[in-house]
Amino acid sequence: MSARRSDGRAALGFLAPDAVGLLVFVAVPTVLALVVGLFEVDGFGNVGWAGLDNFRLMAGDGLLWRSFGITALYAGLFVPLVFACGLALALLVRDHFPGVGAVRAALFLPNAVSLVVIGLLWQFLLTDKTGLVSRVLAVFGLDGVSWLGDPDLALVTLVLISVWFLMGYQMLIFLGGLNDIPGDLYDAATVDGAGAWHRFRHVTWPMLRPTSFFVLVTSTVNAVAGLQAFDLVFVTTSGGPANATSTVVYYAYQQAFQFGRFGYAAAICALLVLLLGAITGVLFAATRGGRFDA
Amino acid sequence: MRSGIRGRALLAYLVALVTIAPLLWLLLTAFRPAAELFSVGWPSALTLDNVGYVLTEVPFLRYLANSAFISVVVTALALLVHSMAAYALARMHFRGRGIAFAAVIATLLISLPVILVPLFLVVRTLGMVDTYAGLIVPGVFNAFGIFLLRQFYLGVPRELEDAAQLDGCGHWRTYWHVVLPLSRPMLAALAVLFFLANWNSFLWPLAVAQDESLRVVQVGIASLQGQYASKQQYVIAAALLAAIPTVLVFLLGQRKLISSLKTTGLK
Repeated sequence: MSARRSDGRAALGFLAPDAVGLLVFVAVPTVLALVVGLFEVDGFGNVGWAGLDNFRLMAGDGLLWRSFGITALYAGLFVPLVFACGLALALLVRDHFPGVGAVRAALFLPNAVSLVVIGLLWQFLLTDKTGLVSRVLAVFGLDGVSWLGDPDLALVTLVLISVWFLMGYQMLIFLGGLNDIPGDLYDAATVDGAGAWHRFRHVTWPMLRPTSFFVLVTSTVNAVAGLQAFDLVFVTTSGGPANATSTVVYYAYQQAFQFGRFGYAAAICALLVLLLGAITGVLFAATRGGRFDA
Repeated sequence: MRSGIRGRALLAYLVALVTIAPLLWLLLTAFRPAAELFSVGWPSALTLDNVGYVLTEVPFLRYLANSAFISVVVTALALLVHSMAAYALARMHFRGRGIAFAAVIATLLISLPVILVPLFLVVRTLGMVDTYAGLIVPGVFNAFGIFLLRQFYLGVPRELEDAAQLDGCGHWRTYWHVVLPLSRPMLAALAVLFFLANWNSFLWPLAVAQDESLRVVQVGIASLQGQYASKQQYVIAAALLAAIPTVLVFLLGQRKLISSLKTTGLK
């Protein structure tokens, strides 16, 4: 602390609007998310004590556990893929060449479009037999694949669409990380005779650790509890075929807003909040570097 | 390193083209005659029928107007309150500043789907279900903007502020006349980001507004999908109409957006 006077009262005025808003619309709901599950709340605002009933119900709900498995599979495929694609693209467009700005913008562009439009578009492109993708694949003799209609394929298809949607965003974050690596490190490595792979392995990769952590956490949160796990599923498959793409957040939405079981849906989300906290902790430990702040 | 750059540039052009190809296909398909909806070749003629139908036979202009109104109001409010909070967190001295910032950062991990149900219950308790307020107010409060602005303000030279304070400016005038104008590039980038996020939001409007007159464009096109399952040309045209504003806003603001996101990094 310097000799500067304390700005306590003035600071309060500046912080008040956001503090109240974040409290009412983020903090209170988060705390509620952990306790509403203890109540039975129906669509009409009636509230009753449920104790652990909702959690007992969860234990016996096979579809719920299936949705957890689907979410885990989705994240397990999505996170490494989007990480690799984002990093590869960042390395590809890192140096200046003519039109590099336009290329970066083009790679980011899918992210500017809504997931609803993305979903509708891909559903159209992937239409069985008549869709563009089927037509193109037919040329190679690969026709008859039902990308969104085959229970074994639908989830993988959604993962690929999500990667296409989010890789440009992760590319930008990686570009920021690459920017921060001092050029002398590369010069020194080159003088020492390091080839491209060695420069990547011994300079780029370790220096990118904080960025990698950020990308891992954001893409995991996105995959497990992000809008893409809901919007895209809602528009393309509605959880089908045969519940193959019913993610946890989609399942919870259905419980609350289609069946009016708000307490039950909240109990599901409480579990998800705890799970995300645990995952973030594990990622933090694994990357030894969630330095959000200097 | 030099030798590889040309090959890398060619590869980059190719990857970029493949990436945006589906969006270009959307553009082309929206203007195809209905009979050629699924044909692979160049259309025999381009037509405005599909777009015209959506604009006249569906209350699509209403959906567009709702989305525009909500997105603009949320963006303006968010820029104001987040820059105020970020200014306090970056430039003012008070007890508990570290804790306040940590609390803000913690909320970054909370995504809408996991608090959807309790948020809905809070908003219902406040009597804001099926109102513009219910669509707008919860959209304003997101810690991401505070975080980015604070990072930016940390880098603003102290001298300008000190000069203003010597001239007798209080905190409010320093913020309004010195800090805000200085942060125009970051505010522009955030404006693009907030506008995109709100124009594209689907789950919250779906949950909080059942009233037809409050329907936003994303919910509108999703509902068309069920209604026009056999006339997909209309769904595609509507999807294009929903995408155009975001693509335009992105293209206009992309330089600032991209450079600001690149510095999001974790310093």
